[in-house]
Amino acid sequence: MSSRNNRIATKFFLFTGSIICILFINNALQAQIAVRGEIVHTSSGPAINDGVVLINVGKIEAVGPAAELEIPPNYRTYSGKVVTPGLIDAHSVVGLSGIYNQNHDQDQLDRTHAIQPELRALDAYNPREQLVTWLRNFGITTLHTGHAPGALINGRTLLVKTHGAVLQDAVIKPEAMMTFTLGKSIGHNFSSPGTRAKGIAMIRGELLKAQNYLQKMKSADDKPDRDLRMEALGDVLERRIPALITANQVTEIMAALRLADEFKFRLVLDGAAEAYLVIDEIKAAGIPVIIHPTMVRNYGDTRNASFETAKQLQDAGILFAFQSGYESYVPKTRVILYEAAIAVANGLDPQDALSAMTINPARILGIDDKVGSISPGKDADLVLFDGDPFEYTTHVCTVILDGTVVSDTCR
Amino acid sequence: MRFTPLLFFSILLCSNIPAQDTVTVFSGAKIYPVASDPVDDGVIIIRHGRITRIGARPEIEIPENARVIDVSGKTIMPGFVDTHSHIGDGSGGDESLSLHPEVRILDAIDINHPTLKKAIAGGITTVNIMPGSGHLISGQTVYLKLREGQRIEDLLLYNTQNPEIYGGLKMANGTNSIREKPPFPGTRAKSASLVREMYVKAESYRKKRTAAKDDPDKLPERDLQMETLLEVLDGRRLVHFHTHRHDDIITVLRLAKEFGFRIILHHVSEGWKVADQIAAAGVPCSIILIDSPGGKLEAVNLLNTSGGILERAGVDVAFHSDDPINDSRLFLRNAALAVREGMTIDKALEGLTLAGARMLDLQDRIGSLEIGKDADLVILSGDPLSVYTHVEQTWVEGRLMFDRSNPEDRKYAVGGYDVFRGGQGHVDIGGLE
Repeated sequence: MSSRNNRIATKFFLFTGSIICILFINNALQAQIAVRGEIVHTSSGPAINDGVVLINVGKIEAVGPAAELEIPPNYRTYSGKVVTPGLIDAHSVVGLSGIYNQNHDQDQLDRTHAIQPELRALDAYNPREQLVTWLRNFGITTLHTGHAPGALINGRTLLVKTHGAVLQDAVIKPEAMMTFTLGKSIGHNFSSPGTRAKGIAMIRGELLKAQNYLQKMKSADDKPDRDLRMEALGDVLERRIPALITANQVTEIMAALRLADEFKFRLVLDGAAEAYLVIDEIKAAGIPVIIHPTMVRNYGDTRNASFETAKQLQDAGILFAFQSGYESYVPKTRVILYEAAIAVANGLDPQDALSAMTINPARILGIDDKVGSISPGKDADLVLFDGDPFEYTTHVCTVILDGTVVSDTCR
Repeated sequence: MRFTPLLFFSILLCSNIPAQDTVTVFSGAKIYPVASDPVDDGVIIIRHGRITRIGARPEIEIPENARVIDVSGKTIMPGFVDTHSHIGDGSGGDESLSLHPEVRILDAIDINHPTLKKAIAGGITTVNIMPGSGHLISGQTVYLKLREGQRIEDLLLYNTQNPEIYGGLKMANGTNSIREKPPFPGTRAKSASLVREMYVKAESYRKKRTAAKDDPDKLPERDLQMETLLEVLDGRRLVHFHTHRHDDIITVLRLAKEFGFRIILHHVSEGWKVADQIAAAGVPCSIILIDSPGGKLEAVNLLNTSGGILERAGVDVAFHSDDPINDSRLFLRNAALAVREGMTIDKALEGLTLAGARMLDLQDRIGSLEIGKDADLVILSGDPLSVYTHVEQTWVEGRLMFDRSNPEDRKYAVGGYDVFRGGQGHVDIGGLE
């Protein structure tokens, strides 16, 4: 055989070899997996000591104590000290606000108008953003992301899994919530509103317009032309999507409750740094809270933030979840695992903290039929730790997303 | 007007001695002296604001009439040294120049600012407050002991052999000091050349001073900029150099070699790429650990593995908060995150304390629990590396400065309504765009 033929043959074998290899790896990583944990926190019931989770083609097949649940022989087993459901970052800007912090990767705020409900995070999200991978390596498998606070109405958020080279592979909900920001600081970004009261008046005016638009759309003969802004707000008014209102100071929190009461939309409070002053009011209104990152800087609207607010919300029985929030400088994103840890160090029960990163955000985001706990039928999103998830020195060792191992290095 | 350091030194002594005459004994804690092995059931005796004895409980006799504080089950560490912070709401040089060696941050600090209380709540007893990094030289830094005081002069801290120097000089390279228009440099090469020009000028100023040999008629006119740079050239004032990228780090080493000044590298985001070069130059690093990389181009490659990599290369490593970048209350976190990514526990604890003291030329007074050193102690509820551990008390020179069990103090540890007022210093990190 000539050397040329030899080379071709080698190439052929290398090629087919790699195909087989890829198929094999893919098969091994994706099909049937067993996860065994010294402690398995399910977020749907009590923790299981020496627990097993079986995964079949992307979904959780079964969960239970190792003594009762046998691992079938063809299942590839991953083990960890502590196993939790995949974590859900309840509010982020990652994917819109990139790691470089240069104009080209900062899509979190459009400054042309203070009110732009027609914007969609869907049209700006970069699934290949490095910070998405960064978060995923800390066990965040579901990300609720969108525009940063800073405009009165800033558009609709996006719910994704933290994988996928193209958007379609990642999307859970293309339009999850409508984001609002209340407070004086909006004036830094726009010439108007310059005051709190003006901001609320502008929002009310816009919602009234949307009410009228909906009314007219119902009439048989005098339908107005389609209007993207009005349609988007119509989704809020007709309760198809909730309003996620960033309100940190008491004035803003109470204004948000007032708006929800007036326009009967579904409200989720975001930030809520001074929630501890109006716990009863929030509780009475039955409003869930996506709390500011525990370590948020005591500055501007969050200057009165406390490490203990998460515990106070929990004690009051208010449904709440953790978020990474928005960072304009260094670090470029926060990590909810670290934020929850500081809340735990300041009195929040570890189980409750885990719920606030799993089942609580799943409920708030309306995806608890799919993610948020280790229950048969749900997406196989799991995180394996080599110790107490909240300890600084514990590592995230394996991350499984939709039944695929996406990270298998302790870090 | 120049400061008269001796006067301040006497004020300091007078203000401390009378209240500290009693003997205080901390008994039963696990002690990390840092300069020696941990003691499981230890005793520390302090008097006149200094440590007079330390060791295992059975071996130490408790003096009569001593105030004995039972700290069984607790952990005691030396007061933390934050080598780089912006607490106190000060700022350094302005936009008129890119080199401001004459500017002193001490003229701008509000010592009653709540951020100082925040630092004490985090166990920080000594802090190097720096002007920002938006200039090639943004001014003189100040070393403060977070003791009681009405004026910044009450808080100054210096090495007794060198009492007229109570701070370093903040320099920076890379993108922060590069701007569009003069007097700021537009490129990295221009940055280096502006710095070299200034130091060359300082060298000739020094030549004139030496030639004059104290003859007042021959001495060159006083020049505040040159006087500061002389202190740097003489090795009495350390240069705290903000630098991120690997090539910028090498530039700093080159400049330091050319002019012979003593440097501490700060941030050193890409130090892990040139750890051997840093080690060979014998230059210490004050590093920051963060929750994610990025936020600026130079920090995209910032990794928390830096601490371990630099340690293994033989570099002296300390931590800094860069408050408001990281929260002073969570200073302990630096050690734990560094250990998570490969640093040894011993070196990480040293990085919170003694390594930082060395980087301020203050290792003879602070940074470890040893006889004769300042009685700066942090009492922790448990393991220094655990997230569940709180700073329970902070003692500065034998005086209790923070006590978590006191509601007035506790609020600085957890935050809440109207606890933290005022700005965030030089870094604009507003919550909203």
